[in-house]
Amino acid sequence: MAGVAVSTTINGDAVEYLCQPDETLLDVLRDRLGLTGAKEGCGTGDCGACSVIVDGRLVCSCLVLGAEAEGRKVETIEGMAHGDQLHPLQQKFLEHAALQCGICTPGFLIAAKDLLAKNPSPTEEEIRFGLAGNLCRCTGYDKIVRAVQDAAIVMKGA
Amino acid sequence: MNFDPRFSGRKFSSVGTRPIRPDGVDKVTGRARYGADFNMAGQLVGRVLRSPHAHAVIKSVDTSKAEKLAGVKAVITAKDLPDLTDGDTAMYDILDNSMARKKALYDGHAVAAVAAIDARTARQALKLIEVDYEVLPHVTDVDEAAQHHAPLIDDTIYTEGLEEKPAKPSNVTKRTQFGHGDVHSGFAKADFIVERSFKTEQTHQGYIEPHACVASVNADGTADLWVCTQGHFVYRQHCAQLLGMEASKLRVTSSEIGGGFGGKTHVWAEPVALALSRKAGRPVKLVMTRDEVFRASGPTSATSIDVKIGARKDGTITAAEATLRYSCGPYAGSWAEIGAMTAFACYKLENVKTVGYEVLVNRPKTAAYRAPSAPMAAFAVESVVDELAKELGMDAVDFRIRNAAQEGTRSSYGPVYGPIGIGPTLEAVKNHPHMKAPLKANQGRGMACGFWFNFGGQTCTDLNIGMDGSVSLAVGTVDVGGSRASLSLVAAEELGIDYSQVKAIVADTSSLGYNDMTDGSRGTFSSSMATISAARNAILILRERAAQTWDIPVDDVVWEKGHAIAKGEKYGNLSPLSLKDIAAASGKTGGPIAGHSELVADGAGVSFATHICDVAVDPETGSTRVIRYTVVQDAGKAVHPTYVEGQYQGGAAQGIGWALNEEYIYGKDGRLQNAGFLDYRIPVCSDLPMIDTQILEIPNPNHPYGVRGVGETSIVPPLAAIANAVSNAVGVRMTHIPMSPPRILAALEAEREG
Repeated sequence: MAGVAVSTTINGDAVEYLCQPDETLLDVLRDRLGLTGAKEGCGTGDCGACSVIVDGRLVCSCLVLGAEAEGRKVETIEGMAHGDQLHPLQQKFLEHAALQCGICTPGFLIAAKDLLAKNPSPTEEEIRFGLAGNLCRCTGYDKIVRAVQDAAIVMKGA
Repeated sequence: MNFDPRFSGRKFSSVGTRPIRPDGVDKVTGRARYGADFNMAGQLVGRVLRSPHAHAVIKSVDTSKAEKLAGVKAVITAKDLPDLTDGDTAMYDILDNSMARKKALYDGHAVAAVAAIDARTARQALKLIEVDYEVLPHVTDVDEAAQHHAPLIDDTIYTEGLEEKPAKPSNVTKRTQFGHGDVHSGFAKADFIVERSFKTEQTHQGYIEPHACVASVNADGTADLWVCTQGHFVYRQHCAQLLGMEASKLRVTSSEIGGGFGGKTHVWAEPVALALSRKAGRPVKLVMTRDEVFRASGPTSATSIDVKIGARKDGTITAAEATLRYSCGPYAGSWAEIGAMTAFACYKLENVKTVGYEVLVNRPKTAAYRAPSAPMAAFAVESVVDELAKELGMDAVDFRIRNAAQEGTRSSYGPVYGPIGIGPTLEAVKNHPHMKAPLKANQGRGMACGFWFNFGGQTCTDLNIGMDGSVSLAVGTVDVGGSRASLSLVAAEELGIDYSQVKAIVADTSSLGYNDMTDGSRGTFSSSMATISAARNAILILRERAAQTWDIPVDDVVWEKGHAIAKGEKYGNLSPLSLKDIAAASGKTGGPIAGHSELVADGAGVSFATHICDVAVDPETGSTRVIRYTVVQDAGKAVHPTYVEGQYQGGAAQGIGWALNEEYIYGKDGRLQNAGFLDYRIPVCSDLPMIDTQILEIPNPNHPYGVRGVGETSIVPPLAAIANAVSNAVGVRMTHIPMSPPRILAALEAEREG
């Protein structure tokens, strides 16, 4: 099967790749581009571990085709920190121990970044519903919610 | 080197603080490498063909068409995994579960596997494999399977543990019994007796990371396995045995693990990946889909439990009895046995008897799930305890305090307890503001207790001191929830240096001696003991090097706050030497400085917790929300309190999911109907409240710092606490977990109809 040539932007960098028409963006990121920060927990859009932002919209990359990234701007966990400088959400996740195994963490960070971009002062309930598309089996979400609350305060002050 | 593991009551400077974990930055930047994040040159994609039938004879498997497909490099069946188990039935079961040999025993049982150049080719190849099945009658329900007329899953199994060997084979593989005293005379002394039967449905551990590995068997017979596992040394042993390899020739590296909760203590696909690699002559990556994770890995037992407890008017329990039937999947297990041991472990009982029955069913092989078997037994027992308290007119907490086990109590499963935390957790709950907070209409409050043994076991640790004075700690227990942070704290504590000077890693199987897996809440307990021992061995060398430098006897050198100090006035002119000083000179004083430790960590301290839960039940829909939750648990000593809280919260959340929603649903055809996160719904962020925690510290006398395991007990009380809360909210005793809306509505309807 002939590959599809795709030109896109990932974390600010121009990227070109060939992918199969039925290949997901998640598989392209992980298997073709070596960006393994997005995880496949289910492959059906139920767990959010593969969350990325495409043109400002939070999506499960397992439900997007690699070919659909043509001409778009994709943001992944690998682009969240600026060099050595962690994003406030990353820093607060560390300080609050908002991760145990950490497999869901990239997805949560991307989803939380999207949430705070749209709602810089969310209530606890808004955070809980904003992150309801991401599954975590380790933490019970308590420390994740607190980390996002704390990051929101830091980011508003910045 | 003699190591004294006894609790010493020292003052801590590092232990008990809350630094950032050493593996944290990798995990928030996406750099941490999990099972599926590893690749090798020339790697193939492995896929497994699974039975669609719950029970079927495999008459033939024709792989010829699949083998001819371009891009397919290996196809294997059971023939490629010959039986080398030599009468070891437990290993045979592991082998048969990895690849069905004669019969498919559950929907999802592996029957063949392929390795191909890419995923699409591998998927196509699976469709070309022709399996001729003779479908057999099946049974998936634990109570039905225990009946005499049930379809037999294994006709070579006769129930063990009966006085006489039975004449006919049975799906009941084993009967076990625990207890002491005489329950008949105990019940005769009771003024009140409550007797009830309960059921719990099968749940999955629900780790977000599917099983994944990369296997590479080389032409010289050596092999590498990269895998997400809770116990890479155990995986090495099992895989080496099943493939006929020497263990030392198989190096297993544990990747970062994306959740396990007991589910990654058992090999499934790893022997298959190795067999594929051996046949193809290339590395093979094998990653389960979520559907495969549900159908073929995990889950916990489904159970059916009868409980009877009697008490005098004054609130003293006179007798307690339980019969527990646990499903094992299609292979023999000891799950009911554990349930029978834990059922009444919280209480001081004169007369107690528990009987466990292990039951085969056509479901996936039961795997450990966080305090395996204990939550279901606690659900049944704590429900009856609550009901009995009501009959007596006593407060539920006071009734439990009156009957709680204490130091010196003979436990219901045999041993006599040392200092334990059940009483203190109950007292803490009694005084907790949560217990006094007002409730609204349709809301209910429940509480319940839980117990877990905690394990110790074989542990090996290396502590290497670099020439710059930094410390590398290599442990062999997989880090499932922050143990590299806690073990770094322990090394820093013992050496008297700063946490930032220590870097802990999990070493592979060729770099360190054997370690049991991270299960039974043993990770931090056992590896901290080995770390303390290794650090003390390193300190001895540090003292020797200082003594050598000063040319004084080593006995005159003590180690304090990270420094060698010459003891006594005569050495007043000798300035203390820091660890850094001694390390910098090590090349000239005898070479590298390291401490090694290999030990069996005995004396794991038993663990108790008491939970409080408030729920709101919508009487129209039966929908239940947990609106407030409090965990009180004894940690012995919380090495890194934030991660201890995390264990408490995580276990409670899993218990909430189990109590209210999660269950395996099988159709009449014996096929799993909800093998995905959409239909097997684990709690999401919007389902839960904050989960409050209170850490009690009753030192374990058998650990230098008093540490007990903390990982598992938190999942034991929630089923019962929530069931008690729901029952208090709706006025009907709930006896079937999960308490999904249809079950709650049915219970309300049954009550209305009388």
